[in-house]
Order: sequence, then structure tokens, then C-alpha cells
Amino acid sequence: MSSDLTRLDVTALQAALAGGETSAVEVTRAHLDAIEATDGALNSYLHVDTETALATAAEVDRARAAGEELGRLAGVPVALKDVVVTDGVPTTSGSRILEGWRPPYDATVAARLKAAGTVLLGKTNMDEFAMGSSTENSAYGPTRNPWDHDRIPGGSSGGSSAAVAGFLAPWAVGTDTGGSIRQPAAVTGLVGHKPTYGSVSRYGLIAFSSSLDQAGPMARTVADAALMHEVIGGHDPRDSTSIDAPAAPYVAAAQQGAQGDLTGTVVGVVRELGGEGHTDGYEPGVLEAFRAGVEQLRALGAEVREVSCPSFDLALAAYYLIAPSEASSNLSRFDGVRYGLRVGDDGSRDLDEVMALTREQGFGPEVKRRIILGTYALSAGYYEAYYGQAQKVRTLIGRDFLTAFGDGVDVLVSPTSPSVAFPIGQRVDDPLAMYAADLCTLPASLAGLPAISVPCGLSEGLPVGLQVMAPALADDRCYRVGAALEAAQDAARGGTFLGQLAARA
Amino acid sequence: MSTDAHSLSRDDVAHLARLSRLAVTDEELDRFAEQLGVVLGAVARVQDAPTADVTPTTHAVPLTNVHRPDVVTPSLPREQVLAGAPAAEDDRFRVPRILGEEA
Repeated sequence: MSSDLTRLDVTALQAALAGGETSAVEVTRAHLDAIEATDGALNSYLHVDTETALATAAEVDRARAAGEELGRLAGVPVALKDVVVTDGVPTTSGSRILEGWRPPYDATVAARLKAAGTVLLGKTNMDEFAMGSSTENSAYGPTRNPWDHDRIPGGSSGGSSAAVAGFLAPWAVGTDTGGSIRQPAAVTGLVGHKPTYGSVSRYGLIAFSSSLDQAGPMARTVADAALMHEVIGGHDPRDSTSIDAPAAPYVAAAQQGAQGDLTGTVVGVVRELGGEGHTDGYEPGVLEAFRAGVEQLRALGAEVREVSCPSFDLALAAYYLIAPSEASSNLSRFDGVRYGLRVGDDGSRDLDEVMALTREQGFGPEVKRRIILGTYALSAGYYEAYYGQAQKVRTLIGRDFLTAFGDGVDVLVSPTSPSVAFPIGQRVDDPLAMYAADLCTLPASLAGLPAISVPCGLSEGLPVGLQVMAPALADDRCYRVGAALEAAQDAARGGTFLGQLAARA
Repeated sequence: MSTDAHSLSRDDVAHLARLSRLAVTDEELDRFAEQLGVVLGAVARVQDAPTADVTPTTHAVPLTNVHRPDVVTPSLPREQVLAGAPAAEDDRFRVPRILGEEA
């Protein structure tokens, strides 16, 4: 059963573990063997700790045999994006500046997964400090897309997407600042959900843009994503922006959606994200798969309307001022004093010189570009024109959402990304072309709203995602509508989305 | 800085890199000035937005004055924190000198 174990989704794994058909050690070993066999080609993991993973799994099996009370996810393997700080486990955020660092504590997300009984397989590759849409900005080499090894797995959570789509982890944690969960999920055929800002604790996530960063699930099914969200979400006093409100029952919402009845649900299709007059930069195959997905929602009983959100046209401009500005401030903590790399400390140089040399060698080009741009946007004389103005655009985008939801629309939909996975190397020296991959995911990020990407078909044999956006704290709507679409797609196809990839192997 | 609308000169980038404590190379200065000029031209579009009566949004979810009880909680053990430092001495972070020779 060992090779099949890597093909199971988490809900099926839980049933097999609870029913005694397999053990946590067997499940863990199956994934470690798969990593050993195929991750040389994919490069989805930066760190795998075989011994600790097997020991954790053995402890779960012992506790189960002894009849002890088990965590909700006992024995289920998981992978964590390397931006999540893990006690004693190397954490780099994809950067040379943190090479070899072993953090002295766990992020809340990591601690909650640990407490639920999961087995940590390893830490996944990512664009350096989560800045990128392709994972090519990692200091540790690019990750490859399991659907086509010459293409990117999306980013910045590209190690997580490739690991889950490549059957090297049943699910993984990603983080999303401007689309870094949703876009990699879309281009690898996964479900990826960015929770409402504040729904999941940011404590122990290496900060990129603090007013936007959110951790969330990347999984093979909507139900699995909902399950992980329930486990990692909820109030955390260690994150002052964490929302002190009970989490909605996400799994129940997914189960309800999977029954396939969307009667009474109003779905708004955003004109500015691939609609009439706004198709520049969108691949025809992506728009075709997206429209077919919308028709499936209609067939399930949803009322579909077109909605205009004119300020969304400015989301990219606002985002690429706000995120670099916050990053330039957040990344000042990498000063070569308390952790990580230090360069040039030979007694002849002062602190400033050592700091500048350390940061020059420790950071890659995209990180430097964003620090420089952010420093500019925040500098006296330019602040109002750039950063201040971007924060006002953010208000306008929030108003467009409020207007749409106020007019009776339950969820808004769009393609998740304008293109399928692009070839490795194609956009790496063209920052604007790279940024265009985030076009559709940025509005929900800037407004702090929940948004999920669910597979809606193939274009040129590569996965396309459909994004469902909902009002703040209405993450359950994303899961309900997402699960309905997933169930309709699976029924029409006669199998799961990733089954198509497994069939090719 | 350069007076040109939405462009960054090589000198601008050098100045910003100094402020950011980045010892960039000459080759990087050329490349970044060109690339950031293009990016700046694109993001400057925010200035076209009708924002006369619009207040800025700093955080998506408005929260004010988040307090916690004033209770002492344990800190990380000193040796554990110093274990990750590039240099430590006498239970402290060791840093290069802060003042120049002439100071």
C-alpha cells in the first residue's frame, strides 16, 4: 500500500490511520521514500529530517496502541514553507542571510500543527523572503512544477505547491502576501486558501509585509484545506492583529458545498479581472477554463452577475509600493548581529560597513530591489506621492468590495492568475512581467479578504485556477463555493484533478 | 534626488542603497537604476487615483489599542538566543566597533 499512501488526501489518510489499515510510521516512510526518489528533480524541500519525522510518527503509533488521547491530525504528515519558524529546525526564508539558522522557538502555526499530532516532513523552498511568483528567487535554486519540470511551480510558496502536487506531502502550509498561496496552488492544480487577514496568527512567520502577510492551507481538496485552516486558525494573543472571534466551521461549509446546491448564492464575476475590455495579458486558455468554471457554478444553481470594481486596475501599483515599503522596514532586522550571516568582521571595519557587506552578500537581487524601492517610497518628500497615495488606493479597493457585497453579491470570482505556469527563466530579469502573475490575487490581499483558488480545468495541459473571494471573516463562503465547484468538476471528469497528473506518471 | 518624474538615477540608487545598508556593486547600480525606473513608472499610477476625500487604509481589519494583561512571562534562555548569533562574548552579542577611528 506504500506507494498509494502518497496519493491519498488527508481525509482518506485519517480514515486509514484510525481504521488501523496503516500506521503513522508507514505513512511517513512512504512520503520520505518518495522525497528521496523524486525531490532531486523537483527541489521542493530545503530541509528534510528523516529521523525526527520517523520518531514523531512512532510516538503517534505508540500512543494510539496504548489507547491514549490523540490529536485531531495524529500521524498525518505535513510540510511547512520555510518562512515558518520551527524550533531547532533550520529556517532560511529562502535566503542566504539565514543559512544554517536554527530558531529557538516555534511559530504559532507550527506549534498548533505539532499539538494536533502532525508529523513534520520538512521545510519547503520559496522565493527569498516570499518575494516572487515563481520560486526562482530562492537562494537555494528554483523548484520545478510536477506537471512540467521546465516550468515554475508558482510562488512564493512554490516548494509547498510542488511538494503537494508531486505527492511528496499530503498538504502544506503556505503564506500569502499578494497571492503566494493562491497562484502556486492554481498553477500546480491544488486548492489554496488565503484566510481573512488576522484569521491565522503571524507569530513566528518571518515578516515580509506585515499588513498583508497571512498563512494558510495548500491541499489537494477543499475539505482538507478547510480542516487545516480550523487547526491553524483562531485567536493568538502573541499576534496583536489576530482577530479575537470564533472561527467559522470551515469543514462543515466544505461538506455542505460538496452537496452541489448553490441555489440562492449570488456570484459576481469581476469585469476588471479578465472580463470585457480587461483581457490584456490574460491567456485565452485561462479565460476559457475560467468561464467554463463559472458556467458550472451557474449549473449548480448560483445566480451569476457581472460586477465592476474599477479600482482593481490600480491594485498592482498600490501593492508594489506598500509591500516593498513594509519590507524595507521589516528586513532591517537582518543586520548581522543577532542571527544569520555576518560578512567582513575582520577588526578593520565598523558596524555600518559590516552590516552593508552582510546584507549585500546575504540578499538576492529581488530583495535588494524591493528594499531600495521601499526606502524611496517612504523617504521624505516622496512619502505622500507614493506610499500615502497607495494606502488611499487601498481604501478605494476596499470600497469596491463593500459595494459589490452590499449589492447582494455573496462571493466574487476571477481567474486566479492570468497565465498557466510559465517556463523557468522567462520572467526572471523582467520584474514587471513577474509581478503580472499577481494581478488577480492582489485586490483581496489589499482589502484583507479571504480568497481561495480551486482548479477549474487545464489549458495547454497545465492547471488553471478559479478564485473565490468573500467578505472579511466569511472564509466559510470560499470553502462552500469552492467545494461545490470541485465536486462538479470531479463528477464531470470522473476523478480528482490531480488524478490526471498521477495518470501521466 | 533626480527631478525627472518617476525615474531613478544611478546616484539616487546609490544614495538609497547607502540608506538601506546595502553595499551594492557598480554593475548592480546600473541594473537596478534601469529596472527600478520601469517599476516606478508603473507604480506611479497610484497618483492618478481620485483620492481627494479618501482616508488611507493602514490595516485591512481596523484594530486599536490591543492590550494584554501586564503579567511577567518567561523569556527564551540566554544561551539559546545567543546560539544563533554570528558572534557572542560574555553572554552578550559581540558587534564590530560602532564609532570610526577618527571619532
